[in-house]
Amino acid sequence: MIGLPLLLELSALLDVTVYLILAILALSLALVWGYGGILCFGQSAFFGLGAYAYAIAMFNIGESTIPFVLAIALPAAFAALLGYFMFYGRISDVYLGVITLTVTLILFNAVNSTAGPEYHIGEARLGGFNGIPSIPPLNWPGFPDSALDLEDLFYVSIVLLLAVYFGLRGLLVSRFGRVMVAIRENEQRAGFLGYDARLYKLGTFTLGGALAGLAGCLFANWGAFVSPTIFGLGQSAQIIIWVIVGGRGTLIGPVVGCIAIQWLTAFLGSAQLSKASLEHVLGPTIAKALSSVFGIADFSNTNLVLGAVLLAFVLLVPKGVMPTLLDLARATVGRRRPPATELMPDKAEGTT
Amino acid sequence: MDLVLVLVIQVLFAMASLALISVGLAVIFGMMRVINLAHGEFLMLGGYSAIVANQHGVNLWIAMLVVAPIVVGAIGVLVERTLIRFLYGRMIDTMLATWGLSLFLIGLVTGIFGNTTVGISAPLGGMAIGNYRTSIYGLVVIAITVVLLVAIYLVLRHTRLGLFARGTMQNPNMAAALGLSPPRVYAVTFGVGAALSGLAGALIAPISGVFPTIGIAYIAKAFITVIGGGAAILSGTVTAAALFGAIQEVATYFTTPVFGVVITLAAAIVLIRLLPQGITGRFLKRWL
Repeated sequence: MIGLPLLLELSALLDVTVYLILAILALSLALVWGYGGILCFGQSAFFGLGAYAYAIAMFNIGESTIPFVLAIALPAAFAALLGYFMFYGRISDVYLGVITLTVTLILFNAVNSTAGPEYHIGEARLGGFNGIPSIPPLNWPGFPDSALDLEDLFYVSIVLLLAVYFGLRGLLVSRFGRVMVAIRENEQRAGFLGYDARLYKLGTFTLGGALAGLAGCLFANWGAFVSPTIFGLGQSAQIIIWVIVGGRGTLIGPVVGCIAIQWLTAFLGSAQLSKASLEHVLGPTIAKALSSVFGIADFSNTNLVLGAVLLAFVLLVPKGVMPTLLDLARATVGRRRPPATELMPDKAEGTT
Repeated sequence: MDLVLVLVIQVLFAMASLALISVGLAVIFGMMRVINLAHGEFLMLGGYSAIVANQHGVNLWIAMLVVAPIVVGAIGVLVERTLIRFLYGRMIDTMLATWGLSLFLIGLVTGIFGNTTVGISAPLGGMAIGNYRTSIYGLVVIAITVVLLVAIYLVLRHTRLGLFARGTMQNPNMAAALGLSPPRVYAVTFGVGAALSGLAGALIAPISGVFPTIGIAYIAKAFITVIGGGAAILSGTVTAAALFGAIQEVATYFTTPVFGVVITLAAAIVLIRLLPQGITGRFLKRWL
């Protein structure tokens, strides 16, 4: 893995780097939803805020240490504020989903409409639907002249992904992590035991926001570009799909789900199931019938595929790939008791 | 004076359109506790049904008021039978599944119609109020919304169908014990909710045009109206639509339309912090 940049071409290196960055984003929701039991449809809000905070601060400051910290702190603060409204309002799971989704859409609408030159923060023009291009890259702390190139970004992403993964593993066996899972399993019971569920949920949600912000910062570095679609519905959907495909209540599952789904979308984007290839796959008669019914028939768009994947997994494999595989392995190998933190991931949803 | 009248009409229209785009969602959510994240796409399909029917020579009013609700209602029943009925009692899975459905429908419609805006001009032209002009169609939409809400009230309150629906909503097991079939009531309710959404989408289409991702523009507003309204289907939708419609128009008047929506949604989140059960969770509790 360390020698990978030597083997890969530049485009492949770019692909692998973005998978690593998005895997951090997947881990942030794996924590919040899978272990915290908080269904957040708006994880992309924190991802986008991180990216925008980094970009805007970078144009104003020019040295990346403070922008990097801001890209983590600002989404965390926003998550804390939003979390306060939600958890201290005792809003139930389902409404949490709707509200976080709404917040993402608010941010999308607001940022999308800032195209004019009058919308700027310091030196940085917000750019509206055009996005912010040519974002300066990260540099080593204290050395504004030594910017990270793509190879460096790859290494930084790998190190940060591993740090986040093992950091979360550590968190889950700590007291905080155990209380968090206890609240996911039964909030009322945890409350009777004297734990303030609202405070723990707020902590989990804030940490999730910080991690998503970190991913956003790296993402803005990766493409040197950020646009409002980062807040969009498609982006939020993808994060949920990574977790549900990989499996709630695991950390490795969402990472695997993220890489698999990203690869699938990239593959479909490049394959272009055009009319000609449709004809090739289905045979000329069926293809002709299809296009006579529908006119133009180009069903290669990602929404269709993501929607179908989400539907299929909710209906057929609701636990996700990794837990299902683990169950199968346990059933064949023997009756090893699962570790406490992986008990009953189904209960993560709650039914109130 | 003329300006005040025009502003009043605008505020009324904002309230009516909020109530219109939310009522289908309110029926499905209020009666079945199903969070339908594909609601925006039902609206979108309503718009497309009306426009396609109109392009094939159907009278515009029939296309909007008859064809769109029937087509989308049928799609609703199909969705309930093939998808939703496997997921009752699993609220979050229902949410995820309807979200998948929403993405799927966006993709499907993009594949069929392409990713462009289909327009249809608003019928009836404009009307002068002093020095200002306002569209007659807007007034018609307000009138249709009022008629629709009254009709829903009458059906729920004064017909056997409404009685069955309310009974099943309150206690499905008891309704089943009395010989009703909750699955059938659910399927019909979902279909009716979808039909209302289709009608709303068709009525909005001449104002905003239709494109595959238009549902996204409505879904946040619709959900915030329904959740802000709380448990009671009609009074909740109407009071929340009135409140948020007024906020939206006033905010739009002082800023821009986009920030009007942003301010409305932010106000809604504050409202939910103050009244987690929605407006009808605290006031008008005994209303329908």
